[in-house]
Amino acid sequence: MADLSINMCGIKSPNPFWLASGPPANCGEQVMRAFDIGWGGAVWKTLGTPVVNVSSRLAAVKYSGNAIMGLNNIELITDRPLETNFKEIYEVKKRYPNHAVVVSLMVETKDEWKEIVNRSIDAGADGLELNFGCPHGMCERGMGSSVGQEPKVLTELTSWVMDFSSVPVLVKLTPNVGDILVPGEAAVQGGADGLSLINTIKSIIGIDLDTLSLKPSVGKNSTNGGYCGPAVKPIALHMVAALARDKNINIPISGIGGISTWQDAAEFLALGSTSVQVCTAVMHNGYRIVEDMIDGLSNYLDDMGMKSVNNLIGKAVPGFIDWGDLDLNYKVIAKIDADTCIGCQLCYIACLDGAHQCIHTNQGPCSAYHGKSDHGMNPRVDIKQPILHSHDSNAITSIPFVDEDECIGCNLCHLVCPVPGCLTMKEIPNAAGKESWNDRIAKKTLL
Amino acid sequence: MTPELQQQFQLSKTRLESDFPESKPLFSESEALIEANRCLFCYDAPCTKACPADIDISSFIKKIKTGNIRGAATTIFSSNMMGISTSQVCPVEELCAGACVFLEYNQSPINIGRLQRYAVEKALQMEKSSGRKLFPSHKNRSQKVALIGAGPASLACASYLALEGIHPIIFEKNNLPGGLNLTGIAPYKFKSEAALSEINWLLDHGIELKTGVEIGRDIHIKSLIEEYDAVFIGSGLGRDKFLNIPGKSGTNVWGATALIKKIKNEVDFNLSRSFNSAVIIGGGNTAIDIARELAMLNIAEVNILYRRTEDVMRGYAHEISGARKHGVRLIENITPSEIMLENGKVSGLRAEHSVTGESINYNCDMVIFAIGQEKQASHFSEYLKYDDSGCILVDDKTCQTDHPKIYAGGDSINGGKEVVNAAADGRKAAFAMLKSWDIQPNLDSKKKGSYHG
Ligand SMILES: Cc1cc2nc3c(=O)[nH]c(=O)nc-3n(C[C@H](O)[C@H](O)[C@H](O)COP(=O)(O)OP(=O)(O)OC[C@H]3O[C@@H](n4cnc5c(N)ncnc54)[C@H](O)[C@@H]3O)c2cc1C
Ligand SMILES: Cc1cc2nc3c(=O)[nH]c(=O)nc-3n(C[C@H](O)[C@H](O)[C@H](O)COP(=O)(O)O)c2cc1C
Ligand code: SF4
Ligand code: SF4
Ligand code: SF4
Repeated sequence: MADLSINMCGIKSPNPFWLASGPPANCGEQVMRAFDIGWGGAVWKTLGTPVVNVSSRLAAVKYSGNAIMGLNNIELITDRPLETNFKEIYEVKKRYPNHAVVVSLMVETKDEWKEIVNRSIDAGADGLELNFGCPHGMCERGMGSSVGQEPKVLTELTSWVMDFSSVPVLVKLTPNVGDILVPGEAAVQGGADGLSLINTIKSIIGIDLDTLSLKPSVGKNSTNGGYCGPAVKPIALHMVAALARDKNINIPISGIGGISTWQDAAEFLALGSTSVQVCTAVMHNGYRIVEDMIDGLSNYLDDMGMKSVNNLIGKAVPGFIDWGDLDLNYKVIAKIDADTCIGCQLCYIACLDGAHQCIHTNQGPCSAYHGKSDHGMNPRVDIKQPILHSHDSNAITSIPFVDEDECIGCNLCHLVCPVPGCLTMKEIPNAAGKESWNDRIAKKTLL
Repeated sequence: MTPELQQQFQLSKTRLESDFPESKPLFSESEALIEANRCLFCYDAPCTKACPADIDISSFIKKIKTGNIRGAATTIFSSNMMGISTSQVCPVEELCAGACVFLEYNQSPINIGRLQRYAVEKALQMEKSSGRKLFPSHKNRSQKVALIGAGPASLACASYLALEGIHPIIFEKNNLPGGLNLTGIAPYKFKSEAALSEINWLLDHGIELKTGVEIGRDIHIKSLIEEYDAVFIGSGLGRDKFLNIPGKSGTNVWGATALIKKIKNEVDFNLSRSFNSAVIIGGGNTAIDIARELAMLNIAEVNILYRRTEDVMRGYAHEISGARKHGVRLIENITPSEIMLENGKVSGLRAEHSVTGESINYNCDMVIFAIGQEKQASHFSEYLKYDDSGCILVDDKTCQTDHPKIYAGGDSINGGKEVVNAAADGRKAAFAMLKSWDIQPNLDSKKKGSYHG
């Protein structure tokens, strides 16, 4: 079995799976239960001057029967006394010396920062995470994402904490910025030991059409919230990867955003995360999801012949290049396996209306548009129709076929086909060799 | 396994069993994913509570969803080493799937059996192609355990012992191992080849098998007790019971399990051409199984005669409705009184209606008794205690008998339940033995699926 243990800028953990700062890491009893079930670390619910939270505070996007595709919250930081939190942190660390307990912090003045940093370290924190990301409520008070969006302030606050802290400090970034490299580099300048991202994305999740009030409703009203859950994963992956390949960023990253399975986690690791954090998926299904995360990741590492999870970290980063460096001569085309095709024609309609009109059936031409253009519902006259099944070579069938010369290899049909392995994209060998847009610019042969 | 045994395990193709189509074929990947994605991943799931082997069902289905097939299989096997056969033979309608929350919703329950089959068969394919074992072997320990009978109970017990480095030796009186899993399970559910290949896989984890050895006849149980650190009795049940009525020893009067065994295992055994009409006496699942098998073998008229009514029958509702689809008829309130013979061969059956007392004649050319199996007590009786019905008495949690070194499980303690019950008993006994030797199992039953050698 592969070694899953990690060391993230001095914060050690038996595996890369941490609870993100949020409801699942709200109190000591929860964190201890999570550790018992298998979580390697936890970032404590953000501490600061305790606030009052509202009711209700969550709303979700359902998609295709999936109860929480995206989650939106208007919860602020901890609403429990600091003293209680610190006592529990102390207790957890005493009982779980080998797990990672990172304490998330958010206060205003330099004195407040000094005090809360000291108290966290006294309680036994293995590391600190500075919450410069919360995009609702706290930012109206000059904290959270209002810090994360101001690179100068971010650098300054970070350097204060670096002066006060004897344990590693992670800066948690907000995705609500134009270019994630700006706050990332600002944190590095402030001396941060590591980065965590993403916090939630500023959002309005929807309105109740009967009452025309926003969700989640607090009486008749609501406010913009922070969006997270499976839906935000691609945004988070991009930001993590952008930082991981940036030459000015040489500190480890804790990846967050939409992680619910070991595969999600593996993707974050491959794009440069050293640890991963989970909030929504735990809120949806409980701490128990970590069992498959650990088991699945370790089976995957075994399958890949990797002895340690560290071998996976950053493995996919070199593949993330600029568009201008992509090979323009690389080509794939769609292939339909007639034996497994169920004849739903989802590929056909997708290509016809949403792509390049190069999937056809032999169910007969549509006269209205016949012959009007080279691209259309009808196969080109000269296209060779494949024999789909040996036993019904001339049968009219709903099984479509691809006009391979016309296929532009966009992947759309492959994406919509419901049968795994039925509609695949095949690489077409190209004798011309590699050539990118940037190559063409250099050679002045643009088109 | 030795090459000789491997040779012995070859079954000829010319058996009636080979003609039966599979009633629940292996899911394709897309079928499995569509079904797995329907599962709600319930917490403290009722399906698991209804599983006699306590398989963490929501967790293995979740692992199918995430493509962690090896993890799904280890989750299954760590609770139930007979997962390959139980995935096909378990009456899921009465067990896990019968408790699925979707039934509360008036929707069809998750097809847990077929998902289980998908996970274990895929994982075994992966094991073969990658050469990486699901359960790597462990350092050998000194303890040796003798197991009596190579049915599901002993096989499960021996597997869990072998995984911990104990040396299990199974003694089986028949030439082939498997017990009723080989000789009894309806061929449309699970065929003998599949049972044998499962056994091959299990034996490969370090189980020794001695076939053709009957304990009590060839070796006395006393010498096992002396020579081994523990003994497990998984001897199942005995021969078919017969009603004591005139004509019961005529030609073409069968015991159900004996006939099923012929259909499944006997080379060139043939029925279909010679018989037209069969009468089965009984009301349990064995009666329904043999009835459906005969109907599927094209015997024109197949009647089950049951002494009481369908609502109190022991056979499962889904089984009888499955049999009816093949033309089997169930006739209620019938008590047979005589088998009529012509030239020693069955020609009919005389019976009495148990409510009206009316006498009825059935024309038939075969009569099958499916009224249960005898107990197998005699060989071990001096060491054990039995209940009134002849089942070996054991401790519920450990499957330990009155004798501290002897454990027992399966049909021999429950009087005839399912394969999964036998497998669960075998596991219990194995873990109790390990505990008695202060061995902390590598396979942690609390963290199912996290078996890492
Ligand atoms: C017709 C039929 C259909 C069934 N269908 C199903 C089904 O669909 N699904 C399901 O879950 N269950 C089914 N069952 C029940 C299931 O087969 C049994 O519950 C299960 O096989 C019991 O396992 P066991 O190990 O206790 O005993 P067995 O399977 O009976 O195995 C006992 C073994 O011990 C050997 N043995 C006995 N005495 C000795 C001795 N003295 N020395 C050496 N060896 C000995 C026997 O030869 C036999 O191989 C069916 C049973 C029958 C009869
Ligand atoms: C209800 C809720 C409360 C949260 N509270 C905090 C918080 O106090 N501090 C913080 O840094 N992030 C907080 N977050 C953000 C999460 O830590 C995390 O960055 C975000 O949810 C993305 O991860 P996910 O997709 O796994 O949920 C909260 C998220 C939710 C849903
Ligand atoms: S989950 Fe439901 S019961 Fe629990 S606090 Fe929220 S609203 Fe209340
Ligand atoms: S989408 Fe897939 S299954 Fe449907 S018609 Fe196209 S190739 Fe066949
Ligand atoms: S009860 Fe049904 S839906 Fe719930 S976990 Fe079990 S199989 Fe899945």
